[in-house]
Amino acid sequence: MATTAVLAGAALLLSSCAESERGNGGEEGTEGEAGGGTFVFAGAAEPELLDPAFASDGETFRVARQIFEGLVGTEPGTADPAPLLAKEWTVSEDGLTYDFTLETGVKFHDGTDFNAEAVCFNFDRWYNFPEGVQSDDFAYYYGKLFRGFAEGPKAGEGIYESCTTDGDDKVQIQLNSPFAGFVAALSLPALSMQSPTALQEYQDDAASNVNTTDYSTKHPTGTGPFKFESWERGNQVTLSRNDDYWGEVAKVDTVRVVAIEDAKARATAVQQGEVDGADLIGPADLQPLEDAGMQIMAREPFTVLYLGMNQKTKPLNDIKVRQAIAHAIDKEEVAAASLPEGSEIAINFMPQSVTGWTDDVTTYDYDPEKAKRLLQEAGADGTTLEFNYPTDVSRPYMPSPADTFNVLRSQLEAVGLKIKPVADVWSPDYLDKVTGSADHGLHLLGWTGDYNDSDNFVGVFFGTQTDEFGFDNKELFDKLAQARGIPTVEEQTPLYEEINQDVAEFVPAVPIAHPAPSLAFGPDVTGYQTSPVNDEVWSSVTVGD
Amino acid sequence: MLRFVLRRLALLVPVLVGLSILLFAWVRALPGDPARALLGQRATPEGIARVNELYGFNEPVLQQYLLYVKALLNGDFGRSIQTGQPVLESFFEKFPATVELGMSALLLAIVVGVPLGYYAARHQGRFIDTAIVSGSLLGVVTPVFFLAILLKLVFAQWLGWLPTSFRQDARIDATHITNFYVLDGLMTQEWDAAWNAMVHLALPAIALGTIPLAIIVRITRASVAEVMHEDYVRTAESKGLSPAVISRRHILRNALLPVTTTIGLQAGLLFAGAVLTETVFAFNGVGQYLFSAISQRDYPVLQGYILFIALIYALINLAVDVGYGIIDPRVRVS
Repeated sequence: MATTAVLAGAALLLSSCAESERGNGGEEGTEGEAGGGTFVFAGAAEPELLDPAFASDGETFRVARQIFEGLVGTEPGTADPAPLLAKEWTVSEDGLTYDFTLETGVKFHDGTDFNAEAVCFNFDRWYNFPEGVQSDDFAYYYGKLFRGFAEGPKAGEGIYESCTTDGDDKVQIQLNSPFAGFVAALSLPALSMQSPTALQEYQDDAASNVNTTDYSTKHPTGTGPFKFESWERGNQVTLSRNDDYWGEVAKVDTVRVVAIEDAKARATAVQQGEVDGADLIGPADLQPLEDAGMQIMAREPFTVLYLGMNQKTKPLNDIKVRQAIAHAIDKEEVAAASLPEGSEIAINFMPQSVTGWTDDVTTYDYDPEKAKRLLQEAGADGTTLEFNYPTDVSRPYMPSPADTFNVLRSQLEAVGLKIKPVADVWSPDYLDKVTGSADHGLHLLGWTGDYNDSDNFVGVFFGTQTDEFGFDNKELFDKLAQARGIPTVEEQTPLYEEINQDVAEFVPAVPIAHPAPSLAFGPDVTGYQTSPVNDEVWSSVTVGD
Repeated sequence: MLRFVLRRLALLVPVLVGLSILLFAWVRALPGDPARALLGQRATPEGIARVNELYGFNEPVLQQYLLYVKALLNGDFGRSIQTGQPVLESFFEKFPATVELGMSALLLAIVVGVPLGYYAARHQGRFIDTAIVSGSLLGVVTPVFFLAILLKLVFAQWLGWLPTSFRQDARIDATHITNFYVLDGLMTQEWDAAWNAMVHLALPAIALGTIPLAIIVRITRASVAEVMHEDYVRTAESKGLSPAVISRRHILRNALLPVTTTIGLQAGLLFAGAVLTETVFAFNGVGQYLFSAISQRDYPVLQGYILFIALIYALINLAVDVGYGIIDPRVRVS
């Protein structure tokens, strides 16, 4: 009864070309062509641990993506799922049964075979995570996506049913409730395949602290193009090329990932040649770096920056006031003044490549006169509003919050609102205030998508009543819950479009832009492929001549 | 002497106990929730509740403190909330970096500061004296972070002479045994690694050493100027002793007492400067870690690290007092 879903069909098409490419590279052996050398990359923090199943932060995933691979990857340069360790897959009509066909002849770095059994080992491991690691600070993604575990407070709530092997290269995953984002979610490093042998020997999921187990600090073992060498805490992670990689072997011999917290310092380090590349470069540093002969790259935006409005605060509970604020904002000016080039103006709370994005939503064009009129009608002209913004932080969706704040402030003051600026340190003060208390008015926040899933944007923002927005809109909450449970992406699309329209009508916040995060590289780096969802594997990178 | 040392050590106990109470209260008085700092933007109320429960932050503060002390007595300083690494382990990993930096800074301050101060005192009122005194004033008032950023801008970004961050170039394959990178390089005869580590120390050491340097210059100058006019110096001169002997045995030896005290005090204060210096230069030491622990409200790290630093500060002061006895035998008698 199984029919091939459109998504899987597209993936099949992809798999055939990916395969042919791989065939050329892998079998003939690319060792001879490898440029060699060391690629040094600077992130903003060091990884938290090396077992991605327990991580949810970008820096951990950055390293994990070099070592590990999932059943599903992404098509280069996009957020769309593509075959990786699974060559192809089909999904049953009811959205409950997924059949994966695996790549054969793949081995983990410790020599263990990657096969159907290893896949089920990983699925069973996640499902049986002990209570201690089920929370948000560890198995965040598994918990969020599969919604439950075998034991603990969420026992029986999960959507994972079983994993069965059929020979070495076929595996069937059974869910007990449809999840349209399932395949896309498998591209998350948190759900990548790990060596059962190494896990059994070095990992202890029941340890009182899984961050410090042998596996999490010294023995991460995957199938990826780089093997783990060492992690000097607070200093650097060193990886070496996996010469037995099943696909195209990496070009550089060694990869080092270092952490430089300060955005300005990261830019300087690239310019001085202390590192070959760095992520999250501030908009102000882009031009000087370019002038100095460095290469700048922008990720295709998979982000959204919005101006949030807390409906627990008067007069923001009045829709007219929220509409007025939306009309008062000149998004183009905000982007030009405070966001990197390549950023796109937003009309939805999700980037265009995500299911459900639609241009058929109420838009609030920049119209200060109309804004003033609306404020007068609401009797709110001249009102003082608190405006919270964070300092000393650059997020992928918000590289320089203070600059963004300043532009918005002058635009809002131009229509007769009085703004009381409230600046806080990002973590934990700002997050505490804005997402954990009702003590805020307007605020700046945003999101970077983890993978291509609509719920990962609108569901995160507006799926339940939050302190951040302070509204209780049961209709909206219900629609989001319903959309999440629909088995296929095609069926989800109209509902998410409707949700986007509802949200635009309700104005809980003003979507401003989809900022493009920027990276910088030294002049002699080639072959870096950016990815909107940060799925950047460095096997194609070369350094030097 | 031994009794003196033992008594001073015994006195440390109540000091540390008192400090641990203050620290415990202080970190909890910081606004902001460590659980939220850990979980970030996507923190859920359940997630926060769980983290608080895990670390016992829900318990009454007194009970938390007693549990903390009980663990301390077993040598358990707890684990970082942020990284999960045991506090003690991370401290010993990072401490060599800070010692290396602190010693370089202090060495710079002493080697340059004492001769400069002495020279200024011997040329009192001349142009060179005025120059040294005003220069040192500038050194005292320049904030460490400002100097650090300035040095980075000039020597790294504009001139490109020195590196801006890290303790060693990431492309160098260096063996690390003791985590004192210069020492490691010398021990393993990886000369390039040792040299590279020294080059990376240059700017941070100058940034961190400038204030102690300036203070040492001023104290040395004042002290030498005072001693120079003492009766015993005049006596020595009239005895016909050579100027070199007078300088060394009569002037410097006496003048250095207050300088030694100053150096001791400055050595302790270096930790404060190291927090800023290490952060600006991405120098992976105790200071940088402490800085991020403050912004993450990492209670166990803050408590453990500051307690250690206080202990070390106290020990340095003890060493200074013992050092007096060596420089000035009169102290031993009394």
